[in-house]
Amino acid sequence: MQQKPGHPPEQPHAHMSTLDIELRLLAEAIYLRYNYDFRDYTGSSQKRRVVQAVRAFDCKSVSELQARILHDADLFMQLLQFLTIPVSEMFRDPGYYASLREEVLPILRTYPSLKIWVAGCSTGEEVYSLAILLREEGLLERTIIYATDINPVSLDKARKGVFPLSRMQLYTKNYQEAGGRQAFSDYYTAAYNAALFDRSLCENVTFADHSLATDSVFSETHLISCRNVLIYFNRKLQDRALGLFHESLCHRGFLGLGSKESIDFSDYSQHFEAVQKRERIFRKLG
Amino acid sequence: MQKKLIQSLKRRTIQAVVVGASAGGVDAMLKLFHRLPMRYPIPIVALLHMQNLRESKLAELFQHHLSLPVKEAEDKEEIAPGTLYFAPPGYHLSIEHNLQFSLSCEAPLHFSRPAIDILMESAADAYEAALLGILLTGANQDGAAGLQAVKQAGGLSVVQDPDEAEIDYMPRAAISLQKPDLILRLADIEQLLITLGERHVH
Repeated sequence: MQQKPGHPPEQPHAHMSTLDIELRLLAEAIYLRYNYDFRDYTGSSQKRRVVQAVRAFDCKSVSELQARILHDADLFMQLLQFLTIPVSEMFRDPGYYASLREEVLPILRTYPSLKIWVAGCSTGEEVYSLAILLREEGLLERTIIYATDINPVSLDKARKGVFPLSRMQLYTKNYQEAGGRQAFSDYYTAAYNAALFDRSLCENVTFADHSLATDSVFSETHLISCRNVLIYFNRKLQDRALGLFHESLCHRGFLGLGSKESIDFSDYSQHFEAVQKRERIFRKLG
Repeated sequence: MQKKLIQSLKRRTIQAVVVGASAGGVDAMLKLFHRLPMRYPIPIVALLHMQNLRESKLAELFQHHLSLPVKEAEDKEEIAPGTLYFAPPGYHLSIEHNLQFSLSCEAPLHFSRPAIDILMESAADAYEAALLGILLTGANQDGAAGLQAVKQAGGLSVVQDPDEAEIDYMPRAAISLQKPDLILRLADIEQLLITLGERHVH
């Protein structure tokens, strides 16, 4: 941790507030007890979410929350819903999907079979978006998609493929801007307030519990899409994740990140080239 | 006025400035930063609410009019002196303890993402008393709690005079939540920034 102005470096922790100490201890407790590793997550965002959880669970302090989750696995699972951010939308940033369609899939279609890893898939919106894209390009049948997340509740939602009907207007607009070739409503059945997505989109999707902080890689992937996940990591953990991606990707494989994410500050910046800088699509250098 | 300004700066070292605004903010910020020199010694982090913009051209727009370097803040980028940073659209912007930026997709706050409260609260955590927080014109209560956090951490809080602001809702919301250190007209806030720059020793 860098020193703040005016504080002598020989007292590295003299400046930590009680809350900062509690937050660090909570992350340690979670890691030791449940093996979820939030220790290298971005501090400000973790702090906001833990403080929200403290309020929601009616605790007086983070320390009280820590004591409770150590003895109550169900409560920890509820806390996990605060610590992960299930914010996603289908065809989010349509330009990203348009670039995949126009610049990445033409190269990927030269392979007899494809492996795609959606890392941090949350509740699955991106997985279904990719599956639709692959179907329209005639590639879905020969593709295996690994869709991973650390949050089992999000993964369950992703498996079900049921999204609020109220979101379909936005998703339809995104889909069209992304160069979609059909009526978006062809892909789901509306029932009550929900849109149930076509099950056949998921035939080759494996949803799995996986942590970029503690687990290792899926081998020989052709494309990894990891969007708005790295922003929650500090540089050290970003490097770990990008290292996993580099190891996982096949020769000249593709990596897609979130629209404001970058590899410029990473040890791996020299190991990838930008294919589409604006849409944050990179390619592993040979 | 001048005397009060100098008084409020006594025994203060300002290491960073955060500025928030919504409606009317582009014009206000152009006026505010217009005379700042190319080698201004303090980083300035600006957040303007822009409706439904995927791609913000704010940095380009301001660079066109200003001499100091302007750029969009990037995730995990180290904050450099003498740069005017804009929060990118669609993401919350925070400042970490290690004085790097971070982005986040947490839910909008006060219908806003980026939200001024989140930027100012994290900046107050990171810089404590060495922070100057400025809230300008706007039609939203975002920023009131953030500016309160700046003041509570020992930093200097400044609100644009509501009588002068294009939309007075944002400054009034901040003033009614907690009386800021200074309520100033834009020209005086500009003078404050210039004075700070001249006094900054490094």
